[in-house]
Amino acid sequence: MLGRRQVLAGAAAALAAPAVARAEDAVGVTATEIRIGNTMPYSGPNSAYGVIGRTEQAFVRMLNEGGGFAGRKINFITYDDAFSPPKTVEQVRRLVEQDRVAFLFNPLGTPTNNAIQRYCNQRKVPQLYVATGADKWGNWKEFPWTMGWQPSYRTEAQIYAKHLLAERRDFRLAIVFQNDDFGKDYVAGLRDVIGAERFDATVKTASFEITDPTPDSQILSLQGTGADVLMIALGPKAAAQAIRKTHDIGWQAQRYLTNVSLSVGAVMQPAGVEKGVGIITSGYLKEQGDAAWRDDPGMNEYRAFMKQWMPDGDLHDSNTVYGYALGRTLQQLLTQCDGNFSRENVMRQAASLRDVAIPVLLPGITLDTGPQDYRPIQKMQLQRWDGRSWVRFGGLIEGAEV
Amino acid sequence: MSASKGLPADIAIPESTARVGTPAWQRAVWVVLGIAVAAAPIFVLESFHLFQLTMAVIMALAVLGLNIVTGYNGQISLGHGAFFAVGAYCTAIFMSHYDWSFWATLPISAAVCAALGFAIGFPALRLAGHYLALTTFSLAVAVPQILKHKSIEDWTGGVQGLFLVKPDAPAGLPLSADQWMYVVTVIVAGACFLLVSNLIRSRIGRALMATRDHPTAAEAMGMDIGSLKTRAFAVSAMITGIAGSLSAVAIEFVAPDSFSFGVSISLFVGMVVGGVASVLGSLFGGLFVLFVPNIAEAISKAAPGVIYGVILIAFLFLLPDGFAGLLRRVAARLRR
Repeated sequence: MLGRRQVLAGAAAALAAPAVARAEDAVGVTATEIRIGNTMPYSGPNSAYGVIGRTEQAFVRMLNEGGGFAGRKINFITYDDAFSPPKTVEQVRRLVEQDRVAFLFNPLGTPTNNAIQRYCNQRKVPQLYVATGADKWGNWKEFPWTMGWQPSYRTEAQIYAKHLLAERRDFRLAIVFQNDDFGKDYVAGLRDVIGAERFDATVKTASFEITDPTPDSQILSLQGTGADVLMIALGPKAAAQAIRKTHDIGWQAQRYLTNVSLSVGAVMQPAGVEKGVGIITSGYLKEQGDAAWRDDPGMNEYRAFMKQWMPDGDLHDSNTVYGYALGRTLQQLLTQCDGNFSRENVMRQAASLRDVAIPVLLPGITLDTGPQDYRPIQKMQLQRWDGRSWVRFGGLIEGAEV
Repeated sequence: MSASKGLPADIAIPESTARVGTPAWQRAVWVVLGIAVAAAPIFVLESFHLFQLTMAVIMALAVLGLNIVTGYNGQISLGHGAFFAVGAYCTAIFMSHYDWSFWATLPISAAVCAALGFAIGFPALRLAGHYLALTTFSLAVAVPQILKHKSIEDWTGGVQGLFLVKPDAPAGLPLSADQWMYVVTVIVAGACFLLVSNLIRSRIGRALMATRDHPTAAEAMGMDIGSLKTRAFAVSAMITGIAGSLSAVAIEFVAPDSFSFGVSISLFVGMVVGGVASVLGSLFGGLFVLFVPNIAEAISKAAPGVIYGVILIAFLFLLPDGFAGLLRRVAARLRR
C-alpha cells in the first residue's frame, strides 16, 4: 500500500520536475544574452558615485569582447535613480517587470536599497552585492535574496575595538558620531567588542547632526570627560574639522577615524596634514596613490583595464577601483554559475564564494560567503597617517562574530 | 490731446464675449470620455507601466495643490515637497504602527496638511515674492531632517524609514494590487481635480485670482485678503498632502531621503511646464516630471541633468505658457 509519505514525495517530485526543466529558459536569460540590472545615482547630489556604474559598464564591455559566458553576452542595464528611493522603486520595477533582468547587481545607496529590499525578496529576485556599508545587508534569515559586499561600518568599528583592546588595558573611550545609521553603526560595533557592560559604564558619546556647522562643541565636551581615546565617526567635512579641533586644543587622545573620511584631498589636507599625525583608520582596497603598489601585478591589471576600456576615467578615484573590484566579482559569479543562470542558482553561487581573490583588494583579503554568511568582506587592515600618506601596519583584522 | 498718446485712436476694442455655459449633455459626454480615458490603462498596460502612470497621476495631484496657491493665488511656494512628505508620513505612520486601512488615513493626512498649510499661510501674509519663496524653500529643506529627529524617531523610523503594504483590491474585484492602486489614485485624484475646478470657477476662485492680480483693488472690493491667502495655502497643502499619502502606499516605503528639496523643485517645474493657473495643465505637469527624467537618462547616462535642463529650456521656449497655453491656443484656432 502506498504510504502517505510516498504519495507526498511523488507529488513533490512531479512538482519539482517542471522547475528543473524550466531552468533552461530562466528569467532574463536567452540563447544569446544574460540581462543584469543596476541602479546608480548618475544625477543629483550623489552623482560622484555614478562613476562606479560607468566602470562596471566598461568592465562588462570587456567581458563581452572576451566571449561572454556559456555563449551568452551580458546585457548590463543600468538606470539613474538620483539617489531617491521612489525613483529606485520605479527603476527596479522597470528592470524586473519590463526588462525582465535575471538579477540586480550592485545597486547603490542605503535608503535606495532599503526601498526595494522587500520587493526583491517577495519576487525572489537576487539583489546582489549592494553598494552600501550598512550592516543590515548580511541578514540572510529574513532577506535571503539580498547580499552586501563591502565590510559594513559595524565590522569596521569592531576592528578598531579589537585593536584598541590589544593595545591598551585601560582606556577611556569617547565617540563622536554622525546621528544617522552610518554613525550609529560605529557605536554598535565598538559596543559589540568592548562588551555592553563596560561600554555603558565607561564610554562617552556625543552625537553630531549633519546640519551642525562644526563638531567643535562635541569635541570640547568629550575632552572634558577626560577620555584618552577618540573615535571619529563623521562624514568628510565634519571629520576634517574634528581632526583640526582635537589638535588645536591640545587633546592628546589616540584618534580612530572612519574610513569613509580617509580622503587625503578632502579631509587630511583641509584639516592640516600635520594635525592628523597618528590617526588610525582602515582599508580593504588598494589605492593608486600608495607607493607600495607601483609595480603591483594586481594594480597593473587595473591600470591596464582603465587604459583600454575607460581611458577618460580617473585612476586616482577610489570609486573606479571599487567598480573594477565589483566587475571582477561579477565575472567570478557568472563563471561559477557554469551556464545555469536561473535566479536560484545565481543566489546559490553568490552565497558560495570561497577564497575569491580580487587583484585590487589588499593582500590576504578575499571574498567568502556561505548560505549563512552574507558578508563577503570581513577583514581589513589598519593604516596610520604619518603626515604625508596613510601607512598600513599590522596584519589583517577580522570583525567580531555577533 | 488726450493722455493716451501712445494708443492709436482707432484701436479695435474686442467685443466682450460672455462665456456661454457648456450645455449639460456636452459636459456629460466629456465626463464619460474622461472616465473612459482614465480606465483604459487598467486593461491596456502591464503592471510596471501602470505603476508609472499611477505615480504620474500622483505627481499631477501634487502639482495641482501647488497650482492653487502659486498659480491662482500668486504666492510663490518652493516648499510643497514638505506637505507632500507630511502627507506621506501621516499615512505611513498610521498604516504601519496602527494597522489602519489606507482609506482611514486619508482624511487624517488631509487634515494635518491643511492645518500645517494654514499655519504656514500666516507668515506668508507678511512676506511676498522672493521672501515667501525662500521661506517655503527653507521648510522643504528642514522637513527631511525633522523627520530624522530623535524625539519622533519611534514613529517615523528615523533614517531607515517605514515600510507599508499596498491595499489589496476588495474581494470580488478581479484586479491586481497595482491595478487597484491605480483605480484608487484615479478616484482620489479625479475627485480632487473636480473639486478644484469647481472651486476655481466659483466666487472664491475669482477672489483668489483678483487677490493675485491686484490686491489693493481686491481689498477695495471688500475681499478679506488675509483669510483668502491663508485658506488658499490650507487647501493647497491639503491636496499636495493627499498626493503624498497616495505616493506612500504606491511606493510602499517612506524615508527622509525620499523627500529632499528636489521634490519641491520638481513640483514647481511641473506647474510651470504644465501651465501656471491651469487645472488641466497640472495633469501634464505630473506626466512631465515623471517621464522626462527617464527620457533624459535614455539620451545620456553621463549627464542626464544637462539633457533634462535642455529639454526644460526647450519647453519653456516653445511653450512659454505651458501645455495648458498650447491647448488654449489650439482651441482658439479651432473655434475661429
